[in-house]
Amino acid sequence: MLQIEANPIVQAHELLGCIQCGKCTGGCPMAIKTKLNPRSLILRLLTAPDGFDLEGRDELWDCTTCATCSSRCPKLVNPMETIISLRSAFVEQGRVHPNVKTALESTFRQGNPLTMPREDRAAWADALELKPMQAGVEYLYFVGCTPSYDPRAQKVARSLVSLMKKSGVDFGILGVEENCCASEVRRLGEAGLFEMMVEENQEKFKAAGVKKMFTTSPHCFNAFRNDYPKEGGVEVRHYTQVLAEAVEKKNLEFAGRFEKTVTYHDPCYLGRHNGVFDEPRAVLAAVPGLKLVEMDRSRQKSLCCEGGGGRMWLEGTNPGVRLAQMRVKEALDTGAEVLATACPFCLLTLEEAAKLLNVEDRLHVMDIAEIAAQAL
Amino acid sequence: MSDATFPAPAGCRPAALVIGGGIAGIQAALDIADAGFPVYLVERSPSLGGRMSQLDKTFPTLDCSSCILTPKMVDAGRHPNIHLMTYSEVVRVEQGREGQFRAQIKIKPRYVDMDKCRGCGLCAEACRLAGRVRSDFNAGLSKRAAVYVPFPQAVPLVYTVDPEQCVYLTRGVCGKTFKCKDACDAQAIDFDQKEVQQEVEVGTVVVATGFDLFDPLRKPELGYGTYPQVITTLEFERLASASGPTAGRIALNGKLPRSVVFIQCVGSRDNSLGIPYCSRVCCMAVAKQAHLAHDRLPGAQISVFYMDIRAFGKGFEEFYDRVRAEGVLYRRGNPSEVLRSGDRLLVRAEDTLLGERVEVEADLVVLAVGMAPRGDAEGVSQMLGLRQDPNGFFLEDHPKLRTVESGIPGIFLAGCCQGPKDIPDTVAHAKAAACAAMIRLAQAEKVTEKSHAAN
Amino acid sequence: MPFVPKVGVYICHCGINIAGTVDVKRVAEYAASLPDVAVARDYTYMCSDPGQALIVDDIRQLNLNRVVVASCSPRMHEPTFRSAVARAGLNPYCFEMANIREQCSWVHPAGREATEKAMQLVAAAVSKAVRLEPLEQREVSTTPAALVIGGGVAGMQAALDLAEAGFPVALVERERTLGGHVAGLQRTFPTLEPTAGLLSSIVARVLSQPRIRVLLGAEVKEITGFVGNFVAKVQADGQLEEFAVGSIVVATGFEVFDPHQKPELGYGTYPQVITTAEFETLAEQGLDVNGRRPRSVVFIQCVGSRDQAVGRPYCSRVCCMVTAKQARTVREKLPEAKVSVFYMDVRAFGKGFEEFYDETRKAGVLYRRGNPSEIVRSGERVLVRAEDTLLGERVEVEADLVVLAVGMQPRADASALAGMLKLSRSGDGFLMEAHPKLRPVDTAMAGVFLAGCCQGPKDISESITQARAAAGAAMIPLMRGKVQIEAATSFVDPELCAGCGQCAQVCAFGALSLHPFRPIMTVNAVLCQGCGACATACPSGAINVKHFTFDQVMSQVETLSDRCPLAEEAEAVEIAV
Repeated sequence: MLQIEANPIVQAHELLGCIQCGKCTGGCPMAIKTKLNPRSLILRLLTAPDGFDLEGRDELWDCTTCATCSSRCPKLVNPMETIISLRSAFVEQGRVHPNVKTALESTFRQGNPLTMPREDRAAWADALELKPMQAGVEYLYFVGCTPSYDPRAQKVARSLVSLMKKSGVDFGILGVEENCCASEVRRLGEAGLFEMMVEENQEKFKAAGVKKMFTTSPHCFNAFRNDYPKEGGVEVRHYTQVLAEAVEKKNLEFAGRFEKTVTYHDPCYLGRHNGVFDEPRAVLAAVPGLKLVEMDRSRQKSLCCEGGGGRMWLEGTNPGVRLAQMRVKEALDTGAEVLATACPFCLLTLEEAAKLLNVEDRLHVMDIAEIAAQAL
Repeated sequence: MSDATFPAPAGCRPAALVIGGGIAGIQAALDIADAGFPVYLVERSPSLGGRMSQLDKTFPTLDCSSCILTPKMVDAGRHPNIHLMTYSEVVRVEQGREGQFRAQIKIKPRYVDMDKCRGCGLCAEACRLAGRVRSDFNAGLSKRAAVYVPFPQAVPLVYTVDPEQCVYLTRGVCGKTFKCKDACDAQAIDFDQKEVQQEVEVGTVVVATGFDLFDPLRKPELGYGTYPQVITTLEFERLASASGPTAGRIALNGKLPRSVVFIQCVGSRDNSLGIPYCSRVCCMAVAKQAHLAHDRLPGAQISVFYMDIRAFGKGFEEFYDRVRAEGVLYRRGNPSEVLRSGDRLLVRAEDTLLGERVEVEADLVVLAVGMAPRGDAEGVSQMLGLRQDPNGFFLEDHPKLRTVESGIPGIFLAGCCQGPKDIPDTVAHAKAAACAAMIRLAQAEKVTEKSHAAN
Repeated sequence: MPFVPKVGVYICHCGINIAGTVDVKRVAEYAASLPDVAVARDYTYMCSDPGQALIVDDIRQLNLNRVVVASCSPRMHEPTFRSAVARAGLNPYCFEMANIREQCSWVHPAGREATEKAMQLVAAAVSKAVRLEPLEQREVSTTPAALVIGGGVAGMQAALDLAEAGFPVALVERERTLGGHVAGLQRTFPTLEPTAGLLSSIVARVLSQPRIRVLLGAEVKEITGFVGNFVAKVQADGQLEEFAVGSIVVATGFEVFDPHQKPELGYGTYPQVITTAEFETLAEQGLDVNGRRPRSVVFIQCVGSRDQAVGRPYCSRVCCMVTAKQARTVREKLPEAKVSVFYMDVRAFGKGFEEFYDETRKAGVLYRRGNPSEIVRSGERVLVRAEDTLLGERVEVEADLVVLAVGMQPRADASALAGMLKLSRSGDGFLMEAHPKLRPVDTAMAGVFLAGCCQGPKDISESITQARAAAGAAMIPLMRGKVQIEAATSFVDPELCAGCGQCAQVCAFGALSLHPFRPIMTVNAVLCQGCGACATACPSGAINVKHFTFDQVMSQVETLSDRCPLAEEAEAVEIAV
């Protein structure tokens, strides 16, 4: 038995607004393969006479926080945030998966969830002679944990640096001072650690004189833009928005070509969460030789890759293959040779899915930054 | 009767101005005219009829809409007390002396002489653009010529040249000869016609300007505009209509659907779009269409996805019972998205009563789009000094006691411009507005008589 | 000169309503072959402008003297076509309709037999048409006064409008106060404003309007007369008074469903179970039940509505909103109490209703989908047993107060009045309007109009709107000062009549009486409604209804039994060959 009081959650998330229409569950990608049923969860919270029993409710960890439910709810109820609150209840009781525990501790100690040493954070940029961020530099390039440490994702960061330099964008990095944005920390329900890191990060930004920033990852983009308090007024953009602007102003032009058919997977945190659908496409459209085709599930209907909501650390905890494999098949159906994305989590999960399906030779998974950099 | 000539104010009785020639405007005009007062009935499009003329059958009795509407249109067109001004727009209304209103009406040129045109249609057959202009009446499902009547039972039955499409009017020349003029043996086509401005003085105004429909492109996850098999209830109505583009055959590209899915509440009860209100008629409109679909497509699976079934009026619940008994499947759940599945579509929802997700294959998906205020509602409200409610419909003076008063003495509201309604409620509302208007005119007349008697 | 009939026959397609089932072109061809038929045409919508123009043009150009339209029911468009015919200069009673829609295409499957039946109906109509006589349409003046029966909000509003239009109104109310059911309400939805203020403003206007004569504790005992010229006898305070009026508005309201008819809900057994009507008073008094403050209040929707088991299949329209309003009241007065509503569908359809429903849930009212099956005792409390259909589980909710949302039903004591006015009832038992869309406030009785819940459940704003619509319709004949009356009335053949009086005994309108000095019966043509009961009763065949004489009707019957149109067609083909 793991009984919690339902009423505070009902009040905090205004669950009484719910009319049980089922649009959330109907569109939830994880409901396809797990017991997760957001509508039913809300009803149980509403009708729980003595409190809500978390025991056995492992499906709460299946949520990827893709926002399909909350973006479509006609009564503006947010099932996604409700699930995150329920996760907090688990966290408070110490009931988390060991991988998650490790990731959270590592974030606390080393400033990244990947158990990598803090001092190695900027190693990827050693040969690039990047400016340290300080007052007077226009943009902070917030690299993010995965592009800093993961060898595959580091390629994206390096491509991005070439593109920004070519576009004449003035930017600096925080180097080893850069800390995890804590987006996944919040989504795993660790509210306390999240608040701590928000404070720390805000002080770092202030000290470094940050007024504008762009990020590699849509998760960081979303966290700084929407989860962090607005005082301080840092203007947060995703790198595709900066590049799209550079393309439009003709600061970025491509001398080379990229002669491939490409289909673009909208990352949840860029598209559904923040409405950024057009800029990534504008960048791809500007690349000479590139033929852009759309999957049926594009834009608001994009199928989550299952990397968000902390699920990078929860792989294998539900039966059935990752949604990323379904997505790779959808990409293949369009006849594309390249599956483009703009998120490091999507990049890793989709590439892994392509490997598992043995189609790597037919379908390359690439970040938009990599594609554009190749055509410079 | 020509729009461009005016009778002298009929025996100097105070007159009414009715803005809008749909069923609300027609009913209000008929009542006021029957009481003996002259009425100016102004309609922006070439014919009376409004939205009701686009419907096939009406709920819950399944009366054919045209059968109920056209006689009223004819009555309004022939009534000795009604001065019909179609293809005309009210551009300004000012308060005059003694509670009168002075209205400036713009009579747009049809480029067809109304006294000569017999409505034979030969001009449209001959027109260079025959079959190439989008028909708004048929919700874009068919094409017409640049010279047209909106539908065959139009009142007045006079052709109109579309100034935005006509090759001569847009480019200054149409080949060597005017094909339309050549075809017309009544010599009714007249490209020298000009817009005429007319001022009228009236004692009361009834606003019956109707509504627009929600644009389902605002809910891209439902696939409207992407998949041709996703249509609106209005488009379905035209498909099902005997006078529609397929003569009542419910088929897309010639193929009869084997599975039809109706989705309720598209653009209603949706705070994520800023549209919190219920559009009132869609539950019954869909029940009617589901019945028609079931009737015309034997063997097809017809389903309706809903949140609440609002079958509240006289005979509505019984009709809902009947439609279910006929085999239409009602499933409680608001679909989240529509995807492609081969040649067909897939509707993804949760059936909340089963407590399970469902994916229903469909050949035709019909979106029950909500009612919205007209795009120009703000302009009209400014012209008349009306107020709008938070959803943009015209605001009544009191929600219980004065649903037809606008707050401006002498200006009354009738029909859906004040909020979504079905036909019986619209007719009652219009009759109530007419009652208020008649009282005002009768009182104005007494005042005039008294002052004349005193003099 | 002998009369030579020249009949024009017009077959309507009615879109595909007729043409989808009946081969209309064949029917038109067949009609053209009938004797006396000068022209036969078919068209998509005969009632439309171009359709009517066909008739008018043919009458003028071909000198037709009789017209037959085969289309829908005469109840729909007989007046339409009569006007068209009159416009062309022909007497409107030289027109006959054949109903090949409601009586043919709508009730038979498509095919040979439906077409043949339509042909027979047309042939019968033609044979009657050639025997029709022109009739004079008479006008009578109207009494410039009105009677409103019922002093609730609908009746009061109708009276106010008629009075403001300048007509004296007698407003008859059975109780000793005005206000009807609205007087029993505390607040209204969706604005939650106090009803007392709303009501007192209307009542004050009624009482201060000099043209309205209010009769309280009064009942209508008898109504005689006809449109524009009614005489009503009203009894009040032991006195019988007569009122001469031109129009009558019926606004007698409704009553509530008696939940004793659903014993499983415990009404009348458990003091904790009350109705929404009783809640209004209870709320005013403080909401204590059985001397206790309720900790749990449960509302149950659709009690006596949407329920075929108690003969109430219809929806009562207002209860979803009434319950929401009352649930809000509980939350305001008893912030500690749990409030739930058991429903099937939430019908929050009107202006501001959905938003009110949103606010109600946010105020802490829990909506649970499921229609409770029974209420049982649980110690000092009661237990509501239902299935929560969204959880898919049975639930048992303990409650200190259960409020049943009882439906509206037609008033039992309005039957006498309905009989007096010959008013019909719809399937749900409420008074029937002449046509749900074309004529929502008229009745089949000319000059009698309906307002408010007597015609069907509605909320306050709809009642008031409809009352104004009814007043508007009622004032038109009064403003015009005259009205047309039915021309197809009965007439007596003095040669055959024996003065036996059988006809007068069956006449519901009192239109027949013995001639003052001859031993025969006479007809009062203005009272006569042309129903034909007298013609059936007369043993000598002395009395006939104009436009439905024995000859005319028998010719139809004979035509129907004698004619076999398809066989005739086949013969004609053979002969031709």
